[in-house]
Amino acid sequence: MADWTELATDLAAQGYVAAPDLAMALHLAVTLGRPLLLEGAAGVGKTEVAKALAAARATRLIRLQCYEGLDAAHAIYEWNYQRQLLAIRAAAEGGETGRQVEQRVFSEEYLLARPLLQAIRQDAPPVLLIDEIDRADEEFEAYLLEVLSDYQITIPELGTMQATARPIVILTANGTRDLSDALRRRCMYAWVDYPDRATEIAILAARCPEVEERLAAQIVGFVQALRREELDKVPGVAETLDFAAALAGLGVNDLTEDPAVLQAALATLLKTRADRANMTTEVAQRLAGKAA
Amino acid sequence: MSRVTRFAGRDPGPSARVAGFLGHCRENGLRLGVSETETALRALASVEAADPAQARAALKAVCCGSADEARRFDALFEAFWMNGGRVVTRATPSVRTPTRAMRSTAEATGPQAEGAGQQDSPDGEGEGEAEGGGEGRLLAVRSQSIARRDLRELVSRDDIAEAERVAERLGRALRDRRSRRRRAAKRGAEIDFRRLVRRSLAIGGEPLHLPRKARPDRPVRIAALADVSGSMTVYARPFLAFLAGLMRGDPSADAYLFHTRLVRITEALRDPDPLRALNRMSLLAEGFGGGSRIGACLERFARGYAPAFVDGRTVVFILSDGYDSEGKGAIGPALARLGRRGCRIVWLNPLKGWADHGAIAAGMAEARPHLDAVHSVNTLAGLAALEGELARL
Repeated sequence: MADWTELATDLAAQGYVAAPDLAMALHLAVTLGRPLLLEGAAGVGKTEVAKALAAARATRLIRLQCYEGLDAAHAIYEWNYQRQLLAIRAAAEGGETGRQVEQRVFSEEYLLARPLLQAIRQDAPPVLLIDEIDRADEEFEAYLLEVLSDYQITIPELGTMQATARPIVILTANGTRDLSDALRRRCMYAWVDYPDRATEIAILAARCPEVEERLAAQIVGFVQALRREELDKVPGVAETLDFAAALAGLGVNDLTEDPAVLQAALATLLKTRADRANMTTEVAQRLAGKAA
Repeated sequence: MSRVTRFAGRDPGPSARVAGFLGHCRENGLRLGVSETETALRALASVEAADPAQARAALKAVCCGSADEARRFDALFEAFWMNGGRVVTRATPSVRTPTRAMRSTAEATGPQAEGAGQQDSPDGEGEGEAEGGGEGRLLAVRSQSIARRDLRELVSRDDIAEAERVAERLGRALRDRRSRRRRAAKRGAEIDFRRLVRRSLAIGGEPLHLPRKARPDRPVRIAALADVSGSMTVYARPFLAFLAGLMRGDPSADAYLFHTRLVRITEALRDPDPLRALNRMSLLAEGFGGGSRIGACLERFARGYAPAFVDGRTVVFILSDGYDSEGKGAIGPALARLGRRGCRIVWLNPLKGWADHGAIAAGMAEARPHLDAVHSVNTLAGLAALEGELARL
């Protein structure tokens, strides 16, 4: 069956180079209609998968960013009170009866669909990205389970809304808290790791074509060496791309050429004070020398 | 790649083998139910199941549920499907008869039988390996055979019951915290005026619903790390009982053992039978009684587990004598890293006179600036007496 590799190729066309495990998990999530749970360190491209998948399938990406205290009103739906009030005032002047007004203000016109409701009411199956699910409260996780198993949402005033198209659901987590077993069991799972050397070079080639091959190899070698150092915040793929863009913008052709420029460009890779302080010019030059 | 497993002729078929593989995973601690077997078969049907790489990736996506499981999966897969061409006579785990649901899924998925069936590719070379081998359980764990000590010798059932009471009291002393903020609550003490006004907008300013708010509980979680190295053997009894009691009393607590390595024993200690829990724990505590690398283990905790399990509302207990056989210099930075997660760190040291002993004093001196409290305790009664101290943390 070719569609497994086909999916990887489609993603590659969108500039996303997926590791085999991830491509397989995505393929299964799509074919079996299961949600996909992606875990991994920050900056390894979990969110990017969803974007690339939506682009590859030419469908909408609906994103729900989770945070502590996220509630149903922000995730599912809310009535548009202000518009309802205005409508009621206008109706009072027009002399409509209470029943008519009620029917009108509790119609879909006055409904504000939030990401989860939007996702099940699309014509074509969209990609629903539920980002950083571990930041949301456990109650929300439980509610989400219900939505993800039946793909239907009940609104008391309107009735139950069935999904017109089953969204492809991608959940991401970076381990802020332990997710419930129920959620883990319902999902396909893939652990997204930092890419290996060859993959990262391929990513760089896809995303920053202006960086020439030799410099790209140097950049990747440098970043990979940096990841092995004792750092507080390990640079992710996004940082590598920023770093490459910064070097390209500075007109650098060789990492070892100018220590001052390299040191300045490190601002894109190292994001804490301690890391900056540890990465002295000598250390950076040693790493760059090895990468070259 | 090592050669694929061969299955005996009377084997019931590929779907049974997949069920067998899931049973194998289950035995090795992956949490999988009957529905996963069905998902696994559907997954294999939608890929080229005869290609080991594809089958592995597909089963990995289905069977794993956490980073740890994903790391272990390859070894499990190798052990079951790639055991060097040896013949396995029974593909399904033997002791338990498969449940009816499992059998029905196995039958229902007949069509892709061929796909999965090629897994066993019987190669004619036949290296004359022991045909009867591989009857027993397949264990993917390469066990380190260091001195293994039975913890049951150390801890009795009464100890655990006593420790459970102590742990519960300590837990309560730590846990009863209330937030200063207020949050919406069905049966709150006060009326939430902001939400009252907001709600009343929809009904023309009439305050029909009275939303309430209350101060939410902010439960404190406990993570305990117990040192079981050689120098701690004498004190292991109260501490292990304490750990066992802690885990049984508090569903959110987290426990670890360390000597030269760090092991998470939370799952093992949750076992409903306290003695079996200890038995499982002693299996995990291989190398018990050896040297200790406190700094390295704390570092591993701070980097590996802490991001997932430790937050600003966690109290981390370290039960150790502070004697690091690797020498000094590692404990301080590890605790500093751990402390940056905002947790409180309490060190319980069994040695009363540790100030006099050079190596231990060095370790403790290094740790001291990062600790919220240090106590010397070596009995359960001593632990119980800490209640008042901990409540003030």
